[in-house]
Amino acid sequence: MTTVDIRKAVLDILSNIAPDEDLSQLKDDVPFREQLELDSMDFLDIVMELRKRYRVQIPEDDYLELRSMESTVAYLEPLMRDLQKA
Amino acid sequence: MVAGPPDHHRIVITGIGLTAPNGNTLAEFREALLARRSGVRPYEIRYVGQTLAGVCTFDELKYQKKKDLRRGTRAGSVAIYCANEAIADSGLDWPNIDKAQVGIYIGVTEHGNVETENEIFELKGFDYDTKFWSHHHNPRTVANNPAGEISLNLGITGPHYTIGAACAAGNAGLIQGVQMLRLGEVDLALAGGVSESIRTFGIFASFKSQGALASHDDPTKASRPFDVQRNGIVVAEGGCMYVLERYSDARARGAKIYGEIAGYNMNSDASDFVLPNPQRQAECLDRALRRAKLSPDEIDIVSTHATGTTSGDAQECQALRRVFHASGRTSFNNAKSYIGHAMGAAGALELAGNLPAFDDHVCHPTINVDELDPDCTLDGLVINEPRELPRARTILNNSFGMLGINSVLIVSKV
Repeated sequence: MTTVDIRKAVLDILSNIAPDEDLSQLKDDVPFREQLELDSMDFLDIVMELRKRYRVQIPEDDYLELRSMESTVAYLEPLMRDLQKA
Repeated sequence: MVAGPPDHHRIVITGIGLTAPNGNTLAEFREALLARRSGVRPYEIRYVGQTLAGVCTFDELKYQKKKDLRRGTRAGSVAIYCANEAIADSGLDWPNIDKAQVGIYIGVTEHGNVETENEIFELKGFDYDTKFWSHHHNPRTVANNPAGEISLNLGITGPHYTIGAACAAGNAGLIQGVQMLRLGEVDLALAGGVSESIRTFGIFASFKSQGALASHDDPTKASRPFDVQRNGIVVAEGGCMYVLERYSDARARGAKIYGEIAGYNMNSDASDFVLPNPQRQAECLDRALRRAKLSPDEIDIVSTHATGTTSGDAQECQALRRVFHASGRTSFNNAKSYIGHAMGAAGALELAGNLPAFDDHVCHPTINVDELDPDCTLDGLVINEPRELPRARTILNNSFGMLGINSVLIVSKV
Protein backbone atom coordinates (compact mmCIF):
# COMPACT_ATOMS: atom_id res chain seq x y z
CA MET A 1 0.00 0.00 0.00
CA THR A 2 1.21 3.50 -0.80
CA THR A 3 1.08 6.34 1.71
CA VAL A 4 -1.98 7.60 -0.18
CA ASP A 5 -3.63 4.19 0.32
CA ILE A 6 -2.65 4.16 3.99
CA ARG A 7 -4.07 7.64 4.51
CA LYS A 8 -7.31 6.56 2.89
CA ALA A 9 -7.44 3.46 5.07
CA VAL A 10 -7.02 5.53 8.23
CA LEU A 11 -9.62 8.04 7.04
CA ASP A 12 -12.04 5.19 6.42
CA ILE A 13 -11.52 3.92 9.96
CA LEU A 14 -11.98 7.44 11.35
CA SER A 15 -15.24 7.87 9.43
CA ASN A 16 -16.58 4.77 11.23
CA ILE A 17 -15.38 5.93 14.64
CA ALA A 18 -16.50 9.55 14.23
CA PRO A 19 -19.52 9.31 11.91
CA ASP A 20 -20.87 12.74 12.82
CA GLU A 21 -17.68 14.62 11.95
CA ASP A 22 -16.77 16.25 8.65
CA LEU A 23 -13.42 14.68 7.78
CA SER A 24 -12.99 16.45 4.45
CA GLN A 25 -11.20 19.36 6.14
CA LEU A 26 -8.92 17.23 8.30
CA LYS A 27 -5.46 18.76 8.70
CA ASP A 28 -2.80 16.09 8.60
CA ASP A 29 -0.28 17.92 10.78
CA VAL A 30 -2.71 18.82 13.56
CA PRO A 31 -3.36 16.24 16.30
CA PHE A 32 -6.65 14.34 15.88
CA ARG A 33 -7.83 15.33 19.36
CA GLU A 34 -7.63 19.01 18.44
CA GLN A 35 -9.87 18.56 15.41
CA LEU A 36 -12.21 15.73 16.34
CA GLU A 37 -14.00 14.59 19.46
CA LEU A 38 -11.99 11.46 20.15
CA ASP A 39 -11.39 9.89 23.53
CA SER A 40 -9.13 7.04 24.63
CA MET A 41 -11.71 4.39 23.67
CA ASP A 42 -11.79 5.86 20.17
CA PHE A 43 -8.03 5.57 19.85
CA LEU A 44 -8.29 1.97 20.89
CA ASP A 45 -10.87 1.60 18.13
CA ILE A 46 -8.29 2.84 15.62
CA VAL A 47 -5.79 0.28 16.92
CA MET A 48 -8.43 -2.49 16.82
CA GLU A 49 -9.62 -1.67 13.30
CA LEU A 50 -6.03 -1.68 12.00
CA ARG A 51 -5.62 -5.06 13.65
CA LYS A 52 -8.90 -6.46 12.29
CA ARG A 53 -8.66 -5.09 8.75
CA TYR A 54 -4.90 -5.30 8.14
CA ARG A 55 -3.54 -7.56 10.90
CA VAL A 56 -1.30 -4.68 11.94
CA GLN A 57 -0.27 -4.98 15.59
CA ILE A 58 0.58 -1.76 17.36
CA PRO A 59 2.26 -2.12 20.76
CA GLU A 60 0.89 0.07 23.55
CA ASP A 61 4.18 2.00 23.76
CA ASP A 62 3.63 3.20 20.18
CA TYR A 63 0.10 4.57 20.64
CA LEU A 64 1.54 8.11 20.80
CA GLU A 65 2.49 7.75 17.12
CA LEU A 66 -1.22 7.86 16.26
CA ARG A 67 -1.64 11.45 17.40
CA SER A 68 -2.12 12.98 13.93
CA MET A 69 -2.74 11.76 10.37
CA GLU A 70 0.81 12.70 9.39
CA SER A 71 2.40 10.80 12.29
CA THR A 72 0.01 7.84 11.86
CA VAL A 73 0.77 7.41 8.16
CA ALA A 74 4.51 7.77 8.78
CA TYR A 75 4.32 5.14 11.53
CA LEU A 76 2.23 2.71 9.51
CA GLU A 77 4.12 3.02 6.22
CA PRO A 78 6.83 0.43 6.97
CA LEU A 79 4.21 -1.90 8.48
CA MET A 80 1.73 -1.66 5.64
CA ARG A 81 3.81 -0.99 2.51
CA ASP A 82 3.76 -4.70 1.55
CA LEU A 83 0.04 -5.20 2.18
CA GLN A 84 -2.76 -5.29 -0.36
CA LYS A 85 -5.47 -2.66 -0.11
CA ALA A 86 -8.45 -3.98 1.90
CA MET B 1 -62.06 7.82 57.13
CA VAL B 2 -58.44 6.70 57.24
CA ALA B 3 -56.05 9.57 56.53
CA GLY B 4 -53.83 9.07 53.52
CA PRO B 5 -50.07 9.52 53.55
CA PRO B 6 -48.71 13.08 53.80
CA ASP B 7 -48.34 14.87 50.46
CA HIS B 8 -44.56 14.46 50.35
CA HIS B 9 -44.96 10.68 50.60
CA ARG B 10 -47.50 10.58 47.80
CA ILE B 11 -45.69 9.83 44.58
CA VAL B 12 -47.17 10.78 41.23
CA ILE B 13 -46.44 10.30 37.53
CA THR B 14 -45.86 13.57 35.70
CA GLY B 15 -44.18 12.47 32.48
CA ILE B 16 -44.21 9.45 30.18
CA GLY B 17 -41.86 8.57 27.34
CA LEU B 18 -42.15 5.29 25.49
CA THR B 19 -41.43 3.24 22.44
CA ALA B 20 -43.57 0.19 21.67
CA PRO B 21 -43.76 -1.91 18.53
CA ASN B 22 -47.00 -0.09 17.66
CA GLY B 23 -46.26 3.46 18.78
CA ASN B 24 -43.49 5.82 19.78
CA THR B 25 -45.47 8.16 22.00
CA LEU B 26 -48.19 7.52 24.57
CA ALA B 27 -50.76 9.00 22.19
CA GLU B 28 -49.68 6.73 19.33
CA PHE B 29 -49.55 3.68 21.59
CA ARG B 30 -53.00 4.38 23.04
CA GLU B 31 -54.48 5.00 19.60
CA ALA B 32 -53.09 1.66 18.40
CA LEU B 33 -54.48 -0.15 21.44
CA LEU B 34 -57.96 1.28 20.89
CA ALA B 35 -57.74 0.55 17.15
CA ARG B 36 -56.64 -3.02 17.95
CA ARG B 37 -53.47 -2.58 15.89
CA SER B 38 -50.70 -5.11 16.48
CA GLY B 39 -47.00 -4.30 16.34
CA VAL B 40 -45.79 -7.87 15.73
CA ARG B 41 -44.00 -8.57 12.45
CA PRO B 42 -41.80 -11.18 10.77
CA TYR B 43 -38.27 -11.04 12.10
CA GLU B 44 -35.01 -12.79 11.33
CA ILE B 45 -32.13 -13.37 13.70
CA ARG B 46 -28.92 -15.37 13.37
CA TYR B 47 -29.03 -19.12 14.02
CA VAL B 48 -32.79 -19.08 14.74
CA GLY B 49 -33.75 -17.82 11.28
CA GLN B 50 -37.25 -16.61 10.47
CA THR B 51 -39.42 -15.89 13.47
CA LEU B 52 -41.69 -13.12 14.82
CA ALA B 53 -40.99 -10.15 17.06
CA GLY B 54 -42.26 -6.81 18.28
CA VAL B 55 -39.87 -4.30 16.70
CA CYS B 56 -39.65 -0.61 17.60
CA THR B 57 -39.16 2.18 15.08
CA PHE B 58 -38.38 5.22 17.21
CA ASP B 59 -35.98 7.82 15.81
CA GLU B 60 -32.62 6.77 17.26
CA LEU B 61 -31.04 10.07 16.27
CA LYS B 62 -33.61 12.27 17.99
CA TYR B 63 -31.55 12.43 21.18
CA GLN B 64 -28.30 10.73 20.20
CA LYS B 65 -25.60 11.26 17.59
CA LYS B 66 -24.40 8.47 15.33
CA LYS B 67 -21.29 8.12 17.46
CA ASP B 68 -23.39 7.63 20.60
CA LEU B 69 -25.29 4.84 18.84
CA ARG B 70 -22.05 3.21 17.82
CA ARG B 71 -20.54 3.44 21.31
CA GLY B 72 -23.61 2.35 23.27
CA THR B 73 -26.20 -0.39 23.28
CA ARG B 74 -29.71 -0.71 21.86
CA ALA B 75 -31.06 -0.86 25.41
CA GLY B 76 -29.22 2.36 26.14
CA SER B 77 -30.69 3.92 23.02
CA VAL B 78 -34.22 2.87 23.98
CA ALA B 79 -33.66 4.18 27.50
CA ILE B 80 -32.30 7.52 26.29
CA TYR B 81 -35.20 8.04 23.90
CA CYS B 82 -37.80 7.22 26.55
CA ALA B 83 -36.15 9.30 29.28
CA ASN B 84 -35.83 12.37 27.08
CA GLU B 85 -39.43 12.02 25.90
CA ALA B 86 -40.63 11.64 29.49
CA ILE B 87 -38.76 14.75 30.60
CA ALA B 88 -40.13 16.75 27.66
CA ASP B 89 -43.62 15.48 28.48
CA SER B 90 -43.30 16.43 32.14
CA GLY B 91 -42.90 20.14 31.52
CA LEU B 92 -40.02 20.26 34.01
CA ASP B 93 -37.64 23.21 33.71
CA TRP B 94 -34.92 20.67 32.95
CA PRO B 95 -31.94 23.03 32.48
CA ASN B 96 -32.51 24.37 36.01
CA ILE B 97 -33.15 21.05 37.71
CA ASP B 98 -30.46 19.97 40.15
CA LYS B 99 -29.16 16.90 38.29
CA ALA B 100 -27.59 15.52 41.44
CA GLN B 101 -31.10 15.05 42.84
CA VAL B 102 -32.36 12.92 39.94
CA GLY B 103 -32.24 9.12 40.17
CA ILE B 104 -32.48 6.64 37.32
CA TYR B 105 -34.09 3.27 38.05
CA ILE B 106 -34.62 0.91 35.15
CA GLY B 107 -36.02 -2.60 35.21
CA VAL B 108 -34.39 -5.08 32.84
CA THR B 109 -34.94 -8.77 32.26
CA GLU B 110 -31.37 -9.26 31.18
CA HIS B 111 -28.51 -7.21 29.85
CA GLY B 112 -25.33 -8.15 28.11
CA ASN B 113 -26.58 -11.03 25.99
CA VAL B 114 -26.81 -8.94 22.83
CA GLU B 115 -23.27 -7.61 23.03
CA THR B 116 -21.76 -10.93 24.04
CA GLU B 117 -23.46 -12.82 21.23
CA ASN B 118 -22.34 -10.19 18.73
CA GLU B 119 -18.75 -10.28 19.91
CA ILE B 120 -18.55 -14.06 19.88
CA PHE B 121 -20.02 -14.07 16.39
CA GLU B 122 -17.37 -11.55 15.26
CA LEU B 123 -14.61 -13.43 17.07
CA LYS B 124 -15.44 -16.59 15.13
CA GLY B 125 -14.22 -14.72 12.05
CA PHE B 126 -10.87 -14.24 13.74
CA ASP B 127 -10.58 -17.86 14.84
CA TYR B 128 -11.56 -17.01 18.43
CA ASP B 129 -8.37 -15.05 19.00
CA THR B 130 -9.29 -12.76 21.90
CA LYS B 131 -6.85 -10.11 20.63
CA PHE B 132 -9.83 -9.17 18.48
CA TRP B 133 -12.30 -8.92 21.39
CA SER B 134 -13.78 -5.45 21.76
CA HIS B 135 -12.63 -3.07 24.50
CA HIS B 136 -16.24 -1.84 24.45
CA HIS B 137 -17.56 -5.14 25.74
CA ASN B 138 -17.36 -4.37 29.44
CA PRO B 139 -19.03 -0.95 29.46
CA ARG B 140 -21.67 -2.31 27.11
CA THR B 141 -22.49 -5.35 29.19
CA VAL B 142 -22.38 -4.11 32.77
CA ALA B 143 -25.92 -4.45 34.10
CA ASN B 144 -26.28 -0.71 34.76
CA ASN B 145 -25.53 0.14 31.13
CA PRO B 146 -28.99 1.37 30.05
CA ALA B 147 -29.31 3.59 33.13
CA GLY B 148 -25.73 4.77 32.79
CA GLU B 149 -26.29 5.79 29.19
CA ILE B 150 -29.19 8.00 30.33
CA SER B 151 -26.92 9.51 32.98
CA LEU B 152 -24.30 10.33 30.33
CA ASN B 153 -26.81 11.62 27.81
CA LEU B 154 -28.65 13.90 30.24
CA GLY B 155 -25.81 14.83 32.58
CA ILE B 156 -27.57 13.28 35.56
CA THR B 157 -25.26 12.92 38.54
CA GLY B 158 -27.72 11.30 40.91
CA PRO B 159 -27.74 7.52 41.37
CA HIS B 160 -28.40 5.23 38.43
CA TYR B 161 -28.82 1.46 38.23
CA THR B 162 -30.95 -1.26 36.79
CA ILE B 163 -33.12 -3.71 38.63
CA GLY B 164 -33.08 -7.28 37.37
CA ALA B 165 -36.49 -8.83 37.98
CA ALA B 166 -37.14 -10.89 34.87
CA CYS B 167 -40.49 -9.98 33.35
CA ALA B 168 -41.55 -8.20 36.52
CA ALA B 169 -38.78 -5.67 36.02
CA GLY B 170 -40.86 -2.82 34.59
CA ASN B 171 -42.98 -2.64 37.75
CA ALA B 172 -39.83 -3.13 39.82
CA GLY B 173 -38.20 -0.07 38.24
CA LEU B 174 -41.22 2.05 39.13
CA ILE B 175 -41.37 0.66 42.65
CA GLN B 176 -37.70 1.47 43.16
CA GLY B 177 -38.31 5.05 42.03
CA VAL B 178 -41.23 5.43 44.44
CA GLN B 179 -39.19 4.06 47.33
CA MET B 180 -36.17 6.27 46.65
CA LEU B 181 -38.36 9.38 46.52
CA ARG B 182 -40.04 8.42 49.79
CA LEU B 183 -36.66 7.84 51.41
CA GLY B 184 -35.53 11.27 50.31
CA GLU B 185 -32.64 9.81 48.29
CA VAL B 186 -33.62 11.93 45.29
CA ASP B 187 -36.18 14.58 44.38
CA LEU B 188 -36.99 13.26 40.92
CA ALA B 189 -37.00 9.72 39.61
CA LEU B 190 -36.72 8.55 36.04
CA ALA B 191 -38.14 5.05 36.42
CA GLY B 192 -39.40 2.32 34.16
CA GLY B 193 -38.18 -0.57 32.06
CA VAL B 194 -36.41 -1.27 28.76
CA SER B 195 -35.80 -4.23 26.50
CA GLU B 196 -33.39 -4.87 23.64
CA SER B 197 -34.08 -8.57 23.90
CA ILE B 198 -35.04 -9.18 20.27
CA ARG B 199 -31.39 -8.68 19.36
CA THR B 200 -30.26 -11.75 21.25
CA PHE B 201 -30.87 -15.04 19.45
CA GLY B 202 -30.47 -16.88 22.75
CA ILE B 203 -33.81 -15.71 24.10
CA PHE B 204 -35.67 -16.88 21.00
CA ALA B 205 -33.82 -20.18 20.93
CA SER B 206 -34.40 -20.82 24.62
CA PHE B 207 -38.13 -20.14 24.43
CA LYS B 208 -38.25 -22.37 21.37
CA SER B 209 -36.44 -25.18 23.19
CA GLN B 210 -38.90 -24.74 26.01
CA GLY B 211 -41.81 -25.02 23.55
CA ALA B 212 -42.84 -21.48 24.44
CA LEU B 213 -42.08 -19.45 21.29
CA ALA B 214 -45.24 -18.40 19.45
CA SER B 215 -45.82 -19.04 15.78
CA HIS B 216 -48.65 -18.13 13.43
CA ASP B 217 -49.05 -17.56 9.70
CA ASP B 218 -50.29 -14.08 10.49
CA PRO B 219 -47.72 -12.33 12.71
CA THR B 220 -50.36 -9.98 14.13
CA LYS B 221 -52.26 -12.99 15.49
CA ALA B 222 -49.34 -14.84 17.03
CA SER B 223 -49.56 -13.29 20.48
CA ARG B 224 -52.91 -14.55 21.71
CA PRO B 225 -53.17 -14.72 25.51
CA PHE B 226 -56.24 -16.58 26.81
CA ASP B 227 -57.09 -18.01 23.39
CA VAL B 228 -57.45 -21.78 23.25
CA GLN B 229 -54.97 -21.93 20.32
CA ARG B 230 -52.27 -19.85 21.99
CA ASN B 231 -48.83 -21.40 21.54
CA GLY B 232 -46.35 -19.17 23.26
CA ILE B 233 -44.53 -15.89 23.54
CA VAL B 234 -43.66 -13.27 20.96
CA VAL B 235 -40.45 -11.56 22.03
CA ALA B 236 -40.48 -7.76 21.78
CA GLU B 237 -38.25 -4.80 22.37
CA GLY B 238 -39.44 -1.54 23.82
CA GLY B 239 -39.19 0.89 26.66
CA CYS B 240 -41.22 3.11 28.92
CA MET B 241 -39.79 5.66 31.31
CA TYR B 242 -41.78 7.72 33.79
CA VAL B 243 -41.00 10.94 35.57
CA LEU B 244 -41.96 10.37 39.20
CA GLU B 245 -42.05 13.13 41.77
CA ARG B 246 -43.62 13.90 45.11
CA TYR B 247 -47.22 15.05 44.87
CA SER B 248 -46.31 18.18 46.85
CA ASP B 249 -43.66 19.14 44.26
CA ALA B 250 -45.88 18.30 41.29
CA ARG B 251 -48.73 20.35 42.65
CA ALA B 252 -46.47 23.30 43.49
CA ARG B 253 -45.30 23.59 39.90
CA GLY B 254 -48.75 22.95 38.40
CA ALA B 255 -47.64 19.74 36.71
CA LYS B 256 -49.94 17.55 34.67
CA ILE B 257 -50.46 14.43 36.81
CA TYR B 258 -51.17 11.11 35.11
CA GLY B 259 -51.84 9.28 38.33
CA GLU B 260 -50.58 8.40 41.78
CA ILE B 261 -48.81 5.23 42.82
CA ALA B 262 -51.46 4.04 45.28
CA GLY B 263 -49.69 0.84 46.26
CA TYR B 264 -47.48 -2.03 45.23
CA ASN B 265 -46.13 -5.36 46.32
CA MET B 266 -43.50 -7.85 45.25
CA ASN B 267 -43.03 -11.42 46.39
CA SER B 268 -41.54 -14.69 45.22
CA ASP B 269 -43.09 -18.03 44.39
CA ALA B 270 -40.18 -20.02 45.81
CA SER B 271 -41.47 -23.03 43.91
CA ASP B 272 -40.07 -23.36 40.35
CA PHE B 273 -37.57 -21.91 37.90
CA VAL B 274 -40.20 -21.25 35.26
CA LEU B 275 -43.68 -22.42 36.29
CA PRO B 276 -45.82 -19.74 37.93
CA ASN B 277 -47.57 -20.24 41.28
CA PRO B 278 -51.14 -18.93 41.41
CA GLN B 279 -51.26 -19.07 45.22
CA ARG B 280 -48.25 -16.74 45.54
CA GLN B 281 -49.57 -14.50 42.78
CA ALA B 282 -52.87 -14.17 44.66
CA GLU B 283 -50.95 -13.38 47.85
CA CYS B 284 -49.00 -10.69 46.01
CA LEU B 285 -52.25 -9.18 44.72
CA ASP B 286 -53.91 -9.33 48.14
CA ARG B 287 -51.04 -7.60 49.86
CA ALA B 288 -50.77 -4.89 47.20
CA LEU B 289 -54.46 -4.13 47.64
CA ARG B 290 -54.15 -4.10 51.44
CA ARG B 291 -51.17 -1.74 51.29
CA ALA B 292 -53.11 0.54 48.94
CA LYS B 293 -56.10 0.34 51.31
CA LEU B 294 -58.26 -0.75 48.40
CA SER B 295 -60.68 -3.62 48.07
CA PRO B 296 -60.80 -5.65 44.85
CA ASP B 297 -64.06 -4.04 43.77
CA GLU B 298 -62.37 -0.65 43.85
CA ILE B 299 -60.07 -1.71 41.00
CA ASP B 300 -61.47 -0.63 37.64
CA ILE B 301 -58.87 -2.11 35.29
CA VAL B 302 -56.44 -4.98 35.79
CA SER B 303 -53.68 -5.12 33.21
CA THR B 304 -52.83 -8.81 33.12
CA HIS B 305 -49.34 -10.18 32.65
CA ALA B 306 -50.44 -13.11 30.41
CA THR B 307 -47.80 -13.88 27.80
CA GLY B 308 -49.60 -16.44 25.67
CA THR B 309 -48.21 -19.59 27.27
CA THR B 310 -50.64 -22.40 27.94
CA SER B 311 -49.99 -22.75 31.65
CA GLY B 312 -49.02 -19.17 32.55
CA ASP B 313 -52.21 -17.57 31.29
CA ALA B 314 -54.43 -20.13 32.99
CA GLN B 315 -52.61 -19.83 36.30
CA GLU B 316 -52.78 -16.04 36.32
CA CYS B 317 -56.54 -16.30 35.71
CA GLN B 318 -56.75 -18.70 38.64
CA ALA B 319 -55.04 -16.15 40.88
CA LEU B 320 -57.19 -13.30 39.58
CA ARG B 321 -60.42 -15.24 40.08
CA ARG B 322 -59.38 -15.95 43.65
CA VAL B 323 -58.82 -12.26 44.40
CA PHE B 324 -61.50 -10.60 42.27
CA HIS B 325 -64.28 -13.20 42.34
CA ALA B 326 -66.55 -10.94 44.38
CA SER B 327 -65.75 -7.72 42.55
CA GLY B 328 -68.27 -7.75 39.74
CA ARG B 329 -67.00 -4.45 38.38
CA THR B 330 -63.34 -5.01 37.54
CA SER B 331 -62.33 -5.18 33.87
CA PHE B 332 -59.28 -7.16 32.72
CA ASN B 333 -57.17 -6.61 29.63
CA ASN B 334 -53.78 -7.40 28.12
CA ALA B 335 -51.28 -5.42 26.02
CA LYS B 336 -48.98 -8.32 25.11
CA SER B 337 -51.66 -9.47 22.67
CA TYR B 338 -50.70 -6.41 20.59
CA ILE B 339 -46.98 -5.95 21.05
CA GLY B 340 -45.68 -9.27 22.32
CA HIS B 341 -43.65 -9.59 25.49
CA ALA B 342 -41.42 -6.56 25.95
CA MET B 343 -39.49 -8.24 28.77
CA GLY B 344 -38.07 -5.60 31.12
CA ALA B 345 -40.25 -2.94 29.54
CA ALA B 346 -43.44 -5.00 29.69
CA GLY B 347 -44.92 -3.87 33.00
CA ALA B 348 -43.99 -0.25 32.41
CA LEU B 349 -45.44 -0.18 28.88
CA GLU B 350 -48.59 -2.08 29.79
CA LEU B 351 -49.37 0.36 32.59
CA ALA B 352 -48.86 3.33 30.27
CA GLY B 353 -51.26 1.88 27.72
CA ASN B 354 -53.99 1.89 30.36
CA LEU B 355 -53.38 5.27 32.04
CA PRO B 356 -55.34 7.30 29.46
CA ALA B 357 -58.43 5.40 30.64
CA PHE B 358 -58.52 7.83 33.59
CA ASP B 359 -59.54 10.47 31.05
CA ASP B 360 -61.42 8.59 28.33
CA HIS B 361 -62.96 5.85 30.54
CA VAL B 362 -62.22 3.18 27.93
CA CYS B 363 -60.69 -0.19 28.75
CA HIS B 364 -58.71 -1.45 25.76
CA PRO B 365 -59.25 -5.15 25.08
CA THR B 366 -57.03 -8.17 24.88
CA ILE B 367 -57.03 -8.98 21.16
CA ASN B 368 -56.66 -12.22 19.20
CA VAL B 369 -59.13 -14.17 21.32
CA ASP B 370 -60.99 -16.18 18.69
CA GLU B 371 -62.01 -18.83 21.19
CA LEU B 372 -61.56 -18.21 24.91
CA ASP B 373 -59.89 -21.05 26.76
CA PRO B 374 -62.33 -22.21 29.48
CA ASP B 375 -59.36 -22.28 31.91
CA CYS B 376 -59.00 -18.54 31.29
CA THR B 377 -62.56 -17.61 32.15
CA LEU B 378 -62.50 -14.30 33.94
CA ASP B 379 -65.58 -12.21 34.65
CA GLY B 380 -64.86 -8.80 33.22
CA LEU B 381 -62.25 -9.91 30.68
CA VAL B 382 -62.50 -7.39 27.81
CA ILE B 383 -62.11 -9.39 24.62
CA ASN B 384 -61.35 -8.03 21.16
CA GLU B 385 -63.37 -4.80 21.47
CA PRO B 386 -62.69 -1.81 23.73
CA ARG B 387 -65.24 -1.30 26.49
CA GLU B 388 -66.51 1.98 27.89
CA LEU B 389 -66.50 1.98 31.65
CA PRO B 390 -68.82 3.84 34.00
CA ARG B 391 -65.75 4.93 35.90
CA ALA B 392 -61.98 4.52 35.64
CA ARG B 393 -60.08 5.61 38.74
CA THR B 394 -57.75 2.71 39.58
CA ILE B 395 -55.49 0.48 37.52
CA LEU B 396 -53.76 -2.60 38.86
CA ASN B 397 -50.74 -3.76 36.85
CA ASN B 398 -49.55 -7.38 37.06
CA SER B 399 -46.10 -8.55 36.05
CA PHE B 400 -44.63 -11.95 36.85
CA GLY B 401 -41.24 -13.34 35.94
CA MET B 402 -39.01 -16.39 35.85
CA LEU B 403 -37.60 -17.72 39.07
CA GLY B 404 -41.03 -16.85 40.47
CA ILE B 405 -40.77 -13.08 40.90
CA ASN B 406 -44.16 -11.39 41.19
CA SER B 407 -44.97 -7.69 41.13
CA VAL B 408 -48.19 -5.74 41.41
CA LEU B 409 -48.46 -1.97 41.03
CA ILE B 410 -51.63 0.05 41.64
CA VAL B 411 -52.13 3.53 40.19
CA SER B 412 -55.06 5.76 41.04
CA LYS B 413 -56.39 8.91 39.51
CA VAL B 414 -55.58 12.05 41.46
